[in-house]
Amino acid sequence: MEIFAGLLGRLDLNALPSELITIGGAIAVVGGGLTVIAALTYLKRWTWLYKNWLTSLDAKKIGIMYIIVAIIMLMRGVGDVMMIRTQQILASSQIGGGLVSSDTFQQVFSAHGTIMIFFVAMGLMFGIINLIMPLQLGARDVAFPFLNSVSFWLFATGMVLVNISLIIGEFSPGGWLGYPPLTELAYSPGVGVDYWIWSLQIAGIGSLLSGINFIVTILKMRAPGMTMMKMPIFPWSVLSAMILVVFAFPILTATLGMLSLDRLMGMHFFTSDFGGNPMMYINLIWAWGHPEVYILILPAFGIFSEVVATFSKKRLFGYPTMVAALIMISVLSFIVWLHHFFTMGGGANVNAFFGIMTMIIAIPTGVKIFNWLFTMYGGRIDFKSPMIWFLAFVITFTIGGVTGVLMAVPAIDFQVHNSLFLVAHFHNVIIGGVVFGYFAGLTYWFPKIFGFTLNDRLGRYAAYLWTIGFFLAFMPLYILGLMGATRRLDHYDDPAWLPLFIVAGIGAAIIALGIAVQVLQFAVSLWQRKSNIDTTGDPWDGRTLEWSVPSPAPHYNFAVTPVVTQRDQFWEDKQAGLSTSRPRYESIHLPKNSGLGMAIAGGAFLIGFGLIWHIWWLAIIGGVAVILFVIVRTCDDDSEYTISASEIAALDTPYRQEKGLL
Amino acid sequence: MKHLVRNTLIVVIGLIIIGLVSYIFIYGGQIDVLNPKGVIAEKQRNLIVFTVLLSLLVVVPVFVLLGVISWKYRATNKKAPKYRPNWDNNKWLETIWWGVPIAIIVVLSVVTWKTSHELDPYKPLASSVEPVEVQVVALQWKWLFIYPKYNVASVNELYIPNKTPINFTITSDAPMNSFWIPNLGGQVYAMSGMSTKLHLMADSDGEYAGSSANISGEGFADMKFTTYSRNKDEFMRWIDQSQRSGSSLTQESYDQIAEPGSVEPKQFALADSKLYDTIVMKYMMPSKYKNHSNSTMNDGESPHHDSETMKNMPYMERME
Repeated sequence: MEIFAGLLGRLDLNALPSELITIGGAIAVVGGGLTVIAALTYLKRWTWLYKNWLTSLDAKKIGIMYIIVAIIMLMRGVGDVMMIRTQQILASSQIGGGLVSSDTFQQVFSAHGTIMIFFVAMGLMFGIINLIMPLQLGARDVAFPFLNSVSFWLFATGMVLVNISLIIGEFSPGGWLGYPPLTELAYSPGVGVDYWIWSLQIAGIGSLLSGINFIVTILKMRAPGMTMMKMPIFPWSVLSAMILVVFAFPILTATLGMLSLDRLMGMHFFTSDFGGNPMMYINLIWAWGHPEVYILILPAFGIFSEVVATFSKKRLFGYPTMVAALIMISVLSFIVWLHHFFTMGGGANVNAFFGIMTMIIAIPTGVKIFNWLFTMYGGRIDFKSPMIWFLAFVITFTIGGVTGVLMAVPAIDFQVHNSLFLVAHFHNVIIGGVVFGYFAGLTYWFPKIFGFTLNDRLGRYAAYLWTIGFFLAFMPLYILGLMGATRRLDHYDDPAWLPLFIVAGIGAAIIALGIAVQVLQFAVSLWQRKSNIDTTGDPWDGRTLEWSVPSPAPHYNFAVTPVVTQRDQFWEDKQAGLSTSRPRYESIHLPKNSGLGMAIAGGAFLIGFGLIWHIWWLAIIGGVAVILFVIVRTCDDDSEYTISASEIAALDTPYRQEKGLL
Repeated sequence: MKHLVRNTLIVVIGLIIIGLVSYIFIYGGQIDVLNPKGVIAEKQRNLIVFTVLLSLLVVVPVFVLLGVISWKYRATNKKAPKYRPNWDNNKWLETIWWGVPIAIIVVLSVVTWKTSHELDPYKPLASSVEPVEVQVVALQWKWLFIYPKYNVASVNELYIPNKTPINFTITSDAPMNSFWIPNLGGQVYAMSGMSTKLHLMADSDGEYAGSSANISGEGFADMKFTTYSRNKDEFMRWIDQSQRSGSSLTQESYDQIAEPGSVEPKQFALADSKLYDTIVMKYMMPSKYKNHSNSTMNDGESPHHDSETMKNMPYMERME
């Protein structure tokens, strides 16, 4: 038996959860998984799932899978929040007794932050880009469809690792950015930090690959005639964000790599002693972390630009300015990272420089808001739910902007840094900007993907609930922060804080109710899809190319490659009258399905899991598998199939007849 | 149904406002940052108010425009002004909304530059009174305060004389933390192997909450202290009391205190006047000082570095 000892590294029965709440979490994950497996088996859907979804290289299907993962993770993230607030209310009121131990509490908020940023916000972003950007560009697909599948599966692998930590082992108690030396071996010897590192590491590489993929798509795959300045604004926002991805994510990979070398091989990059320097980690992680928040928000700006123009039935006001503002924001976002740690002892000149750079970002952002407002001016605004999300966005984001400028002044930051004021600020911009933006985008483009519109009334109610919930959940945190309440407290003594925590908890519950209404909205819309069906392909009287194809968009996107002569091509075409002549169809080449993306991610999972638990042979097998699968794919010359011109004609004719274009 | 939603909204928003106003009425005095008790905190509070007011120059127009434009140009408005679907640029308008934010940011930048220097935590406070030095050590999970001049120390209890500049030098013998007394002024990080500085001064007698603003492990929520601001005489009495408290802070008793855990406030006579330097230096020269969990340092060498080594060590420097 001796020879097998250590074969499982650090893994033994103690890894199973022991606290009531964590057992509950584990049961929820296992139970949910088993239910899905049982349902698929019962409905005999495994082959369907594998052939139509898991192995698909169609960007639209990959986009849907991103969004499904993101929504499931949103629910887990909100579940974490409910736990955090319940703990903070119970542990400090007279009822007595907290919900969980402080160690578990710290794992919960670390998981909340990690999940919400990496697996919800990033997932929604990549999902929407995949769904709609190739269509807006007049392209058939992204530049590298297989790479796209690899990206998605690496993202999913990261998500799986985070959730497995609920069942086997623990998660990091070090916060979502895991500052050393707390996350070094000396203070966190367990597997929690390793779970955090490897889930981010694997998902992060997926994000980097996506960034490259989308940049190439935008630069090389635009329809004939679509110059950069005739491109819709959403791809512009994606381009700005993806350039940030390509510059920022390698920093994350390197930083986490060094931290894992410290932990795995006893090195001293970020330890306090033997020449290590935690301040270097803090600089590096924010050199990635600050661009990261702009990576999330820029595509949301792009979505709002499309939504406001469409629902105001007007051209986007100041398109060149909007593009300039996007570029300005993405350049500036790289020279402000130090504002996350003015309190680390930097000199007055250094702090003032980074403070001023940060404020300058408020200028292009403010300009964008005015441009949206004047896009509405002189229009005919249809307040469908995407516009309600937009109104909620302007109100909340502006407040978040003000508190952001406040915190950019170093002398003020010293008084609010790491307090609940900061927590309120970044939820203010991330919920108000990113989340509302992606919800607006999902509602807006839903018919293009699924072929029917979402119930608008329920969509508006969800937006109201989210907005009210947001204000109740976060305005009290601003006050708490000014009262001296720091973030991440599992209990506190001051009785004056309790009422505000209770209000914040109610706010979180109202947001959860908003999510429930969104689920209901989806169910009701699915149920009544016959009456919401979109036969025209253009339910909102849209302006850009995605609305010129049927809904749901065919897997080949465009029957005939569109030719572009101006901005808002489809709107202008409609004004001039759509062509009724029979198009000249040509055969189309599309990528064949491939399971290798999933297989490569499977190898990456083994690497991650092996390194987390020190099961070295498993990590080696994973590494070999990844290399092997990449070689297999590289050697595969038969990766495309062709749809003939006559097949395309047969598929396209009914739609054109329906629209009276033949 | 339409009115039900609208009326519910109005009631909810009304209740929120009433709740907020009554809360501030009852607990307003406890909003530490807005109720400064020291010169630094007061200037920081004034800066907050100034910045908020300046921001309103943009916020108010945005909210007004949002309301007016949404209302006037709604599709259901029969009397909406002219529909201009192709109107998409106007140089004058764009100049205004580039210009106004730029002007505001220019003003704010000047203020930022000035206040960053004026309120630099490293800058000693001007006063005719001689400052009191306090060395602060963040531990897992308690704060140790050392008064080198008075040869006393305390845990989780900070006594300061009022109207006297306090020069804090801050380090950590545990994961990073952040030292914050909101009533007196902003925070600065506590990091092992480093020594950061903070200068604060209290106006009058009072008790002010102090906290740890950076997560440092399991017991971090309990890691807080009270700052007692007292007049000079009372402060000196406390010093005297601490010196005669019967507990003495040596390297050995320090190692006990440094063990992870929470403790009640306590005072000590300081037996080892170089304790703070030792704590900082053991991360700089870990082989000399051995592991920090290992308290025996007598391997023939003195645990205290000579002042010459000290001067050459980079830990007192910072980016400029």
